[in-house]
Amino acid sequence: MAVEEKEIEWLGKSVKRKEDDRFVRGAGNYVDDVVLPNMLHMAILRSPFAHARLTSIDTSAAEALDGVVAVVTGALLAEHNLAWMPTLSGDTQAVLATDKVRFQGQEVACVVAENPYIAHDALELIEVEYDPLPVIVDPKKSLDDDAPVIRNDKEGQKDNRIYHWEAGDKEATDRAFEGADVVVSLDTHYPRSHPAPLECCACIADVNPGTGKTTIYMTSQAPHAIRTVFAMVTGLPEQNIQIISPDIGGGFGNKVPVYPGYVVATAASLLIGQPVKWTEDRSGNLASTGFARDFHMHGELALDRDGKMLGLRVGMLSDQGYAYADAQPSKFKAGLFHIVTGSYDMPAAHVVTDGAYTNKAPGGVAYRCSFRVTEASFLIERLVQNAAYEMDMEPAELRRKNFIRPEQFPYTSVTGFIYDSGDYEKALDLALEKSGYNELRAEQKRMRDEGKLLGIGLASFTEVVGAGPSRDYDILGIKMFDSAELRVHPTGKAILKLGVKSQGQGHETTFAQIVASELGIPPDDVTVQEGDTDNTPYGLGTYASRSTPTGGAATAVVARKLREKAKEIAAHTLEVAPEDLEWKGDHFFVKGAPDQSTTIQEVAFAAYTNHPQGMEAGLEGVTYYDPPNMTYPFGTYVVAVEVDAKTGEWKVRTVVAVDDCGIRINPMIVEGQIMGGLTEGFAMSSMQQIAFDEEGNCLGSNFMDYLLPTAWETPHFELHETVTPSPHHPMGCKGVGESATVGSPAAYANAVVDALLHLGVRNIDMPMTSAKVWEAMQQGRQAQDQ
Amino acid sequence: MANETTISITVNGRERSSEVEPRMLLVHWLREGLGLTGTHIGCDTTSCGACTVLLDGTPVKSCTMFAVQADGRALTTVEGLQQNGKLHAIQEGFKEEHGLQCGFCTPGMMLLGAALLEDNPNPSEKDVRWAISGNLCRCTGYQNIVKAVQYAGQKIESERSGAQA
Repeated sequence: MAVEEKEIEWLGKSVKRKEDDRFVRGAGNYVDDVVLPNMLHMAILRSPFAHARLTSIDTSAAEALDGVVAVVTGALLAEHNLAWMPTLSGDTQAVLATDKVRFQGQEVACVVAENPYIAHDALELIEVEYDPLPVIVDPKKSLDDDAPVIRNDKEGQKDNRIYHWEAGDKEATDRAFEGADVVVSLDTHYPRSHPAPLECCACIADVNPGTGKTTIYMTSQAPHAIRTVFAMVTGLPEQNIQIISPDIGGGFGNKVPVYPGYVVATAASLLIGQPVKWTEDRSGNLASTGFARDFHMHGELALDRDGKMLGLRVGMLSDQGYAYADAQPSKFKAGLFHIVTGSYDMPAAHVVTDGAYTNKAPGGVAYRCSFRVTEASFLIERLVQNAAYEMDMEPAELRRKNFIRPEQFPYTSVTGFIYDSGDYEKALDLALEKSGYNELRAEQKRMRDEGKLLGIGLASFTEVVGAGPSRDYDILGIKMFDSAELRVHPTGKAILKLGVKSQGQGHETTFAQIVASELGIPPDDVTVQEGDTDNTPYGLGTYASRSTPTGGAATAVVARKLREKAKEIAAHTLEVAPEDLEWKGDHFFVKGAPDQSTTIQEVAFAAYTNHPQGMEAGLEGVTYYDPPNMTYPFGTYVVAVEVDAKTGEWKVRTVVAVDDCGIRINPMIVEGQIMGGLTEGFAMSSMQQIAFDEEGNCLGSNFMDYLLPTAWETPHFELHETVTPSPHHPMGCKGVGESATVGSPAAYANAVVDALLHLGVRNIDMPMTSAKVWEAMQQGRQAQDQ
Repeated sequence: MANETTISITVNGRERSSEVEPRMLLVHWLREGLGLTGTHIGCDTTSCGACTVLLDGTPVKSCTMFAVQADGRALTTVEGLQQNGKLHAIQEGFKEEHGLQCGFCTPGMMLLGAALLEDNPNPSEKDVRWAISGNLCRCTGYQNIVKAVQYAGQKIESERSGAQA
């Protein structure tokens, strides 16, 4: 049969999102939308103190309130050996406090009631007595010899140090610095932040006493890993645990860990025998769930007199809060922070990292970031900019001089990364051209003469995303690969089931496009399913920009496997040998006789109705894909800001972003991810911070104190691309969800500092509030007057 | 429950009555009372606008109103945007311009957009940014939301001029 001309090229097409039909109707299905019969509601009582001994809890009045079903305390959980749970880094975290509270907002007790109003009423009736203890909020003081030990619950823990970890070569780096003509240093704090997805965390635990089945609806970015952790913590048989992550209202790393609310709701459902829903409020979310960043960083860059980089020395102290709860591979104590040499051909580097306990919430999640590459990228891009000033070189040219060159890929960095591909200069040149960089510099000079401040910042970042390979990457020992199961039905329609889990990234469209591209089944005929552990193959979930590098690759590989089988079936129905067939988009044809052909839909039908004898029927398959390497997206961002010379207020005038994430499957979705990330970068640089006072009071536990950018402040973005495929990904793709969050904060910071350069300003820590910028200007002016 | 009061509110064109506690928030009444779960809760402090609904055509944040305060009034929620199975132009705009990612802020943003277009059918980028600045989105960076609202404005205009021709 002749094949009609129709759409067969799906790669690189901005297909409209399949998932949007339900969202624009308000018919998304988020955890809090789910209602189960006989469902009870849980609320959490939190500690008002950052560090205190728990002397007594009286729950009798709460229990007596009409409509209250149970009050759960740490003591009750301890009877079931559930008062503590493991973190994703193998430390421990209290589910409900038993001995002490260790941060403000810590979970102390839970009420389960007939409705949420009663549950909250009952919280007010719980009497807790605290005996306050000295509070540590500064991680440097936390490591002092006489600091009180926060984790005195842990046997053998004599101080507040969590880890000391080094990467690179100290001796080679020392030698590089000895031979240097110029050394530039920078001390900066990447402030504590919170991903603050618009949907808070929630779960419904439904332990069915009749079937023994535990079903948990959960806002989880990694449902399979959570199922395994739950099985290990509770001792429940894993086949009886089903985690369902329905639609998720944003994650950004916040929804990777297991939180106490999930565990208590499950325990409560087990004890009571009814489903228990817990929906977190915003203050609970900001005060207690996975924070991000909080790295105190020191960097030194050694260069020769021509501007060639010789070596990099980095020291970093991580403020972890009261538990080491980073969601990251166990091999790397400070995540992938040691990719701090960035886009540069650095002959030597040495990175020393320390982690300290403080009286703050645990977390250390990689907020829209691949295991702490954000902090690394920020430090090197700030250092390079300052080095250019020190050497009186144009920042773009200093970067150009030191970039890893295209012919050096695959490039092995001195801290152990193998960069897969890149063409950094191409991205830089395009960004300079599109931003009118030279004109901006000329205008800057003119404006400065008029007493007006224009600043231009650059960042040429390199990311490392897409974990595994499994030989290096794991979460709590579970290796990082990912999976795809593809079932083609007799009528030629397909279901694709994945181990990753979208939180808004558009997987239902992008992954359907991969199937369409590889197998010729149009995206509308491919349903993508994720998030239900009973009905999807095992995977490690979505974070660290890993879905396309791992789940996307798995999808391409399983589709290709099915195409191989389809070829055998097509040969059988066309009565030729398989080697006589060629594939084109969505059909096989006989070489030299294109009229003799059969579509993938016809082959699918034959797979169930007329398959060759001796072959297994059906057209289904599953693949577990273990990537041979990480992927390394990169790009250059140019930001121009105007700073008010009187008030320190700054406004973004230009953001030009050139991103290279290899082959783009759906450019519309890719650009959406980049704009989201550029906004997060703006937010980090200008306003977002979870701060604490000296008593450990959290100063950012609601959206009136923890500021997020609105449409009014958020800049307009101009996006461009270069395309350097990944040599090892089956489709040449790299991950992109986090590139702009990683790359852009330094561009904004560099721009603000650049505006104040003539005043001698070389650093303003983020968030660069008007007050901080004003103070920096004042200090600069005073220094110049003296 | 003691101390309940009867309210009657027209929701998406249909009159709905029930007994509520005076302290019942409007958003809870919509979500739990009526099962209209398209209206979301994101912050509890009137900061994010995920709970935005139209009260007699004006956007309000339903987490900061008691249900009893809406007694006798008319509400539109996201579920009321489409008419006779046909998407409202603003819903089409959000799809066409990739104005949403996780979808959580989307109902509120669309209602703000629809209300803006009632007053200003041809808004500039600045007009839209100002109109939606009471609501937060954590995914999109807003640029495509602006485009989505403008798309809807143009669509409504062209349909009007088409109807007149």
